[in-house]
Amino acid sequence: MGGYGDVQLLRDDGLRLDGRKIDEMRPVAIEAGVLPAADGSAMVTHGLNVAVAAVYGPMEAHPRKIQRQDRAVIDVRYNMAPFSTSDRIRPGYNRRSREISKVTAEALESVVLVERYPRSKIRVEIEILAAEAGTRCVGITAAAVALADAGIPMRDLIVGVASGKVEDTVVLDLDKAEDNYGQADLPVGILPNTGEIAFLQMDGDLSPDEFNLAMEYNFKAAAEIHEIMVDALKRRYEGGEN
Amino acid sequence: MSNGQNGAELRLVTPGMAIGPVAGKRVGSGAIAQNDTIIATRLGWTKEFNNTVSVDPINSAYMPRSGDLIVAVVAEVRNNLWFMNINGPFQGLLPMSLAPWKVEFGAARQHMGIGDVVLARVQEVDECHNVVLTMKGVGLRRLNQGTVVNVPINHIDRLRGEGNATVQRLRDASDSRIIIGENGRVWIDGDAEGTAWARQAVALTQASGHKTTFEAELSALEQNAPKKGDA
Repeated sequence: MGGYGDVQLLRDDGLRLDGRKIDEMRPVAIEAGVLPAADGSAMVTHGLNVAVAAVYGPMEAHPRKIQRQDRAVIDVRYNMAPFSTSDRIRPGYNRRSREISKVTAEALESVVLVERYPRSKIRVEIEILAAEAGTRCVGITAAAVALADAGIPMRDLIVGVASGKVEDTVVLDLDKAEDNYGQADLPVGILPNTGEIAFLQMDGDLSPDEFNLAMEYNFKAAAEIHEIMVDALKRRYEGGEN
Repeated sequence: MSNGQNGAELRLVTPGMAIGPVAGKRVGSGAIAQNDTIIATRLGWTKEFNNTVSVDPINSAYMPRSGDLIVAVVAEVRNNLWFMNINGPFQGLLPMSLAPWKVEFGAARQHMGIGDVVLARVQEVDECHNVVLTMKGVGLRRLNQGTVVNVPINHIDRLRGEGNATVQRLRDASDSRIIIGENGRVWIDGDAEGTAWARQAVALTQASGHKTTFEAELSALEQNAPKKGDA
């Protein structure tokens, strides 16, 4: 029993509360081009999480003081809708959304070829419509598909995925109960083609062996999600022959 | 392989996807070389021509080039110049010396204000992506009437057609003046019915411009075009 209180997170048969195996991911569905007004957009459903990302630009960066002479700036706004959780969230920016916006922007900056658009801005809006743990990872995945849909040049499609520890067991893709009452959470942004890591955060403690196992789960899940991302982008333009 | 393709298979690639080994080939736009492998950086179709492998992007931002005819919108006005929204990552700059009127210092606002639409040409793009526009030239002017619609940059060639054949068909069918800006803005000027039909035709290129069925769909739409003299 880990975390806070006497919450049992693993069943006696070794499965998790929602019936998944410890290295099993929640179902993922991705659709590209869901918002006609945006230059690129995507909707990602990951378990009970629903995230919509919209990309606008590249455009002239305003105010001019934010311009970088040698590259574009990526302006990310992550927001959870007031109705995304069972307890209504007060609308607007808060400390958590600022932090997630910042780490998401830094993760995306490492894959987008920002030097192609000096002095400009790429605006990425991530709206979480329904939340069930792991929204920052779902937001990053949605943003990556939306950026590709917008034709922004990138080195790879970044995938957001998380593992963690519950009841001294490393598990893949924490759900809400596991996130709230588990012992550790390890969200990462992975570039599946090169195996590079664009962002990594850790909440809680993991031993080196547990960390390695969690990363192994993350890489495995990232490869699966990457396939779904590619499939979503190809599906959007199927039938086209240029 | 067709349409100038040789070697590489025509296929849809996503950013990060390996196109093939470098093996003496040159890397064109939309791709980079990484560890002796050509990697796509954009969502698009692979193309190999003259030993150069590139990716034709499905969507892309307008990158201004010298000589482009564009439809620009005034974004800011200063005493002696206008900043223009050119539908790209950078604003264009129209100095009063390159305006079609004789403009006194401080009188720029009397000629054009924010929101005005002009037909201009890209005079110069420097290495820092500073874009200078000109309105000195035949046909370059302020567009006082008509409507502007946006199309994806990569659908412009299809909207134009071979030797401007498609856009001429649209002009004839809608009995409207249609100017296609290289920056993805299309100016349409005609009567209400003609403009509405032309907008429909342009919207069709947006929805189906990349599909093989586009030509057939456009022909079907032409059957409903307002004929000259009907109005």
